[in-house]
Amino acid sequence: MTRQRETFSPLQRGLHWAMAVLVIAMLFIGIGMVTTLHPVYLTLVAIHKPLGIVILILVLLRLAVRLKQGKPPLPDDLPRLQHLGAHASHLLLYALLFAQPLLGWAMLSAGGYPVVLYGPIRLPPIAPHNDALHAVLRAGHTWCAYLLFATILLHLAAALFHGLIRRDGVLGSMVFRRERV
Amino acid sequence: MPHQPHTIPLSPAQIALRLAGIGAVLAVSGAGFAYAGGWFSPARLTPARIVTALADRGGDPLGHRRNHSKGVCFTGDFAANGQGAHYSTAAVLAKGDYPVTGRFGIATGNLLAADITGRVKSMAIRIVAPNGAEWRSGMNDSPVFAVATPQAFYEMTQAQDVDPATGKPDPAAMKHFAKTHPGFAPFAAWAKTTPWTPSWADQPYNSLNAFRFIDAGGDRHLVRWSMQPTVPLDPVPVAELAKLGPNYLQNDLSQRLTKGPLTWHLIVTLAAPGDPSNDATKAWPTDRTHVVVGTLTVNQTQPEANGPCRDLNYDPTILPTGIQISDDPLLPARSAAYAKSFDLRTSEAADYPRKTPAEGSKP
Ligand code: HEM
Ligand code: HEM
Ligand code: HEM
Repeated sequence: MTRQRETFSPLQRGLHWAMAVLVIAMLFIGIGMVTTLHPVYLTLVAIHKPLGIVILILVLLRLAVRLKQGKPPLPDDLPRLQHLGAHASHLLLYALLFAQPLLGWAMLSAGGYPVVLYGPIRLPPIAPHNDALHAVLRAGHTWCAYLLFATILLHLAAALFHGLIRRDGVLGSMVFRRERV
Repeated sequence: MPHQPHTIPLSPAQIALRLAGIGAVLAVSGAGFAYAGGWFSPARLTPARIVTALADRGGDPLGHRRNHSKGVCFTGDFAANGQGAHYSTAAVLAKGDYPVTGRFGIATGNLLAADITGRVKSMAIRIVAPNGAEWRSGMNDSPVFAVATPQAFYEMTQAQDVDPATGKPDPAAMKHFAKTHPGFAPFAAWAKTTPWTPSWADQPYNSLNAFRFIDAGGDRHLVRWSMQPTVPLDPVPVAELAKLGPNYLQNDLSQRLTKGPLTWHLIVTLAAPGDPSNDATKAWPTDRTHVVVGTLTVNQTQPEANGPCRDLNYDPTILPTGIQISDDPLLPARSAAYAKSFDLRTSEAADYPRKTPAEGSKP
């Protein structure tokens, strides 16, 4: 990046907020569906699988945009540790956004399930049918979901800390449409 | 300059207030997640609770299915005669031969039960079409199911809980259940009067739950289906059962298959208006239209430990396009509970190692 920007590009902001809504919805759908026997279970599962794959596609797109467009720099006076924390947590978020839908897809493959997205639309298996593998991936899908939720809470806390306490423009860089003066 | 810091500093009180605000946002978010996950609703009937209750009926089925725990695998094929294609666009109902991976079982959570003592026998099938579309079904030999709702299923399961003091369920609990659940009566009558047979081969296997077939014109047909046996009933007096040994059904099946394949005709029943779609305790009148849609041929049986059915979940909601679930509340509950049971048993592989029977030993 040669030119320094103060905000993420509109495309980046659009992707960030669209994904934020979808991912949070997916976490609630997921945790809700595995704890009910009510008929809503099947409705939630039917939303969960295609939406998870949409997130996988969006994160691929988002990473490409991010590599091409870069990001606005963090404030110079931000302590080194917070700098590091910001980078590490964003890296972790990207990693989990990839891992979580892939785990979902792979665990169904390893469980010998057809990976039905909608009606006749099915995905091919990406893992061999194997009980031990299924067990690991299924547990992975749960623990990655918890980790993702915890990381998002931390991320939210940090964003609010920047916006309300430091008031250093970091929150604005993901919120505002126009460059601030 | 990017990120110009604000000039007006915050007072310590302001900082404290804002930090508290951030804390509150986090607390509310975390609580919302826990709420969605049922942490604040211990009374919620969850898949985990129902599956735990199933495993509490004695003979802890670690590594195994939490219900219908004892069984054997089979392989064969389904020859569709094409008649089903008038009512459903499902690929497996178009005229043709499709491979089947199946399982016979008995409806108990007790692995150590003599299979002959299973009042309810079951057949599970997975039929795969060349295009990859799958039809999975778990069927019982009773003409109706014992309960109509997941809640009633749970209560029935609890009534079968083994009392650690006696090693048996409390007989009063089941009596109380029957009294408080009138829908149980038709099943109870069948269980009491139907002859016992020492074979899986001579039994019909019924979907019990209702489903919908969708035809090429988009019309929906409410259906139930049944696998009808082609060998004569071979009843034995109840008193004889105990003498037959723990694995009689498995041995009978192997024996019969050494002489040739076993077949069942798949018969689809079309509902008439007013037939209940959401109550598996109620049989439909016998004069409904029946359509023979094909023949299941069972060629081989395999011990479950090494068999192809072991690591399959016969979730009855895994359906090809052209077949859909009805509004029967048991179906979503079955899907959720079977997934939980499957997740548990695949993670307990150490308790159920794959093994080949020792040289010379009979299964
Ligand atoms: C809930 C409210 C949220 C707020 C207020 C928020 C705020 C922000 C802010 C201000 C940034 C810019 C940080 C910087 O300049 O380095 C950012 C970046 C980021 N956010 Fe969020 N976010 C939220 C939710 C989420 C969620 C749910 C996800 C996950 C799906 C997420 C994923 C990310 C990622 C991966 C980045 C790094 C972007 C990059 O560097 O390419 N955010 N967020
Ligand atoms: C960002 C994407 C995703 C998120 C955040 C997510 C989240 C979750 C969560 C929180 C659970 C509950 C875990 C538990 O408590 O055990 C869950 C379960 C599940 N997820 Fe996902 N998931 C995602 C993607 C996917 C995808 C792509 C698939 C499949 C194609 C999938 C299939 C499933 C299945 C089958 C279950 C378990 C249902 C059951 O056992 O009853 N998920 N998911
Ligand atoms: C809410 C009601 C029900 C619950 C909670 C329930 C629960 C279960 C569970 C947990 C399993 C073990 C699944 C596995 O680990 O793969 C199972 C197996 C089975 N259930 Fe149900 N069940 C219910 C209703 C029914 C009904 C209505 C039928 C009748 C057609 C049925 C037939 C079967 C069969 C045939 C199997 C054995 C499948 C196999 O051989 O793999 N169940 N049930």
